[in-house]
Amino acid sequence: MLNRRLFLQMSGASLAATLAASGVAFAGAPTDSRFVFIFLRGGLDGLHALIPYADSDFQRLRPRLAPGAEDRLDLDGYFALHAALGGLMPLWQAGELALIPAATTRYRNRSHFDGQNLLENGTARPFGARDGWLSRAILGLNAGDRRLGLTLGPSLPLILQGGAPVQAWTNAQLPDLDEDFLTRLAIVYRDDPLFATALGNAANSPEPMMGANPPDNGFLLSATAAADLLSRAEGPRIAVMDLNGWDTHANQTGRLRGLMNLLAQGILTLREGLGAEWSRTVVMVASEFGRTAAENGAGGTDHGTGGLALLAGGAVRGGRILGDWPGLSPTALNDERDVRAVNAYEAIFKSVLIGHLGLDPGYAERVVFPDSGGLEPFTGLLRV
Amino acid sequence: MRDIASFIALNRFGMGAGPEDGARPGDDPRGWLKAQIGPLAPVPGDFRSSEAIIAGIFAARLERPNRQAEAVREAIRDDFRPAVQARTALAIATARPLPERMAHFWSNHFTVSTTRRITAPAIPAYEREAIRPHVFGRFADMLKAVTRHPCMLTYLDNIASMGPDSPAGRNRRANRGVETTLNENLAREILELHTLGVDGGYGQADVIQLALALTGWSHGGLRRGGEDDPVHGRFQFFRRQHQPGAKTVLGRRYDEAGAEEGLAILDDLARHPATARHLATKLVRHFVADDPPAADVDHIARVFQDSDGDLAEVTRALIDLPSAWAEPLAKVKTHYEFIIAVHRAIGPDVPRARNLFRPLRMMGNEPFTAPSPQGWGDRAGDWISPEALMLRLEWAQQYAAGLPGGYVPRALLQATIGPVARPVTETWLLRAPSGDQALTLLFGSPEFQRR
Repeated sequence: MLNRRLFLQMSGASLAATLAASGVAFAGAPTDSRFVFIFLRGGLDGLHALIPYADSDFQRLRPRLAPGAEDRLDLDGYFALHAALGGLMPLWQAGELALIPAATTRYRNRSHFDGQNLLENGTARPFGARDGWLSRAILGLNAGDRRLGLTLGPSLPLILQGGAPVQAWTNAQLPDLDEDFLTRLAIVYRDDPLFATALGNAANSPEPMMGANPPDNGFLLSATAAADLLSRAEGPRIAVMDLNGWDTHANQTGRLRGLMNLLAQGILTLREGLGAEWSRTVVMVASEFGRTAAENGAGGTDHGTGGLALLAGGAVRGGRILGDWPGLSPTALNDERDVRAVNAYEAIFKSVLIGHLGLDPGYAERVVFPDSGGLEPFTGLLRV
Repeated sequence: MRDIASFIALNRFGMGAGPEDGARPGDDPRGWLKAQIGPLAPVPGDFRSSEAIIAGIFAARLERPNRQAEAVREAIRDDFRPAVQARTALAIATARPLPERMAHFWSNHFTVSTTRRITAPAIPAYEREAIRPHVFGRFADMLKAVTRHPCMLTYLDNIASMGPDSPAGRNRRANRGVETTLNENLAREILELHTLGVDGGYGQADVIQLALALTGWSHGGLRRGGEDDPVHGRFQFFRRQHQPGAKTVLGRRYDEAGAEEGLAILDDLARHPATARHLATKLVRHFVADDPPAADVDHIARVFQDSDGDLAEVTRALIDLPSAWAEPLAKVKTHYEFIIAVHRAIGPDVPRARNLFRPLRMMGNEPFTAPSPQGWGDRAGDWISPEALMLRLEWAQQYAAGLPGGYVPRALLQATIGPVARPVTETWLLRAPSGDQALTLLFGSPEFQRR
């Protein structure tokens, strides 16, 4: 089933003719840059991914959870990357991986639901807007009917909800429809613009090529599909992927090892699938909040504030740890428990939208992130 | 099916047409619909109350904190799934489809979704307890029942809200150093979604004042005893959390009256002209067109106000709208309605769980999982995206292929979309190379997917 729509496009001459008659047309894209947003839902423990191992406060706060030397890949003598993310070291060395500690949104409470909502709606409060900031940004790119956005999964995340048309890919295991059937259906739809347009767009949105041995993990399957669709000239430009399971209140060492390994594999899958387009790609990994600086009694960490932003891609000026770092001394902590959030996600988002995707700065301030005037776009993040 | 009016009665106002349905609207489709207005049939089956479900989950958590997730999973399996199955089976089998459509409409208006896990298994019970009894009753009663229900109080965070000057709030502020203990979520959604609407003329001060009035509206939750003896799984007013003093909402002052304050405000909100207009807009959108004609909205709003929110009167007025009976068929079925309509077309057999949950999940339209408190959208563009259309078609093909033989496509076309079928649909259905393909084409036709 995986290639049926591509097959349709290549060989379905009669279908193509039928659709041409119904007036389905496609506009060019306003940008050739690619952006992938990976949302780690549940609250990533940033200190377990980008480890301030040389900090005595860190060792004091995490007597049992601090990863040992065998689990650390030193980056700058103070921070280390967790070895489960070691697959990304070639990117670091190539200057294509930037890490920003102590980063989060403007959300300062500890509810997953509200924190995710705020991150996705782009305002300063949960439920501050009904649509998502990425949808508003896409509208500002003026792509018309062209579907620049891509969601991976059966439901549309809030970040992409709103006025901008979005393409969707799910790994639905349903049997194919044959070309003859679709050709007949196109005739039946011909005088109904709603259905004719949808069918036309479906036929012109080819199924991704998944290769001879598609991965059996859902996240990697999504990454494979996203990379293939994003790599096409006529395809989408901006994709959103979810990876769940980061709410590690207990026994986090093993769980985070598996999840971080999967995350690294997913980013490498994107790089491989994007091929030449990787050079104009930014992948951003974010989570609704970080976790407590101290470990809890169950071998885990609880909901906190400052977390991590991870940016990868050929368009990223990487190989560096960016942003401010408040440290982990008792006075540096937020509420004496969390990493203080000194680097704003919104500043990073703006930098990507304006500097990478070419969005109008005034529009980004006014419409995409209202009331965020104090948060200037993050500088020095991109190669441009 | 005899005429277009029958099609509209069965689809726009009903849940789809099957072989048994054609004759039902008879000579008087409007009269047939109006005769369905009355107490709703119970959802068949033996289901636990939300009180029992929620109390069970909290009891498990009090026993051992990590038992909670397990108890939720069990209740999703034993309470939630069978209840969703039964609700759907009723919509498929019923000879009185209008009450089911209205129940689904109001349930969506007052969306509670499974994102808050601890009360998620009780959401079908919430619908049975707070929505269904009031579908043809007074809107104010539905609003109050919904707002007091533990599922809504949990979903929109009111259980975490404390008056900053209440005894509990003062404690919290002193101990945790937090600026406010108020949670505005429920109050905001009541004003924006449930009553006045986003342009309904309220401001942030009204949100805060309503939120203060609702402090203390809660349920037993995790409490183990103490001053306010906890009642697990049922509405409970905790005076310790309630903000003392008068509140002012939309310029009207409400003196301190404990739990009565909130009820008085909800009564006034239900009666507000902006609420009438907001609800009329949504109802006309549902029964006439994605862009509701202004004259129809005015008329329904007036009926709502003149009848003091009598939803039986409002439903009758919707049935009497001439534009609701006019072509073209401007509305499309949601994925859920599409799957119900396909099952109705085939006959009244109860679908197997696998048939139901799998496609609903793939299409992202499983009941009670709406992505936000706004609920599911009600415009064609919300449902007929390229990928969603392909999923409908692929699922329809798989479903048709799994049916026993013996269905006569031409007869099924007559029974389901006969009066509105265009010649092109009929032609290509008859030319289909197999029965499966003919049925898939029928289910995939615009006529079948519209209402």
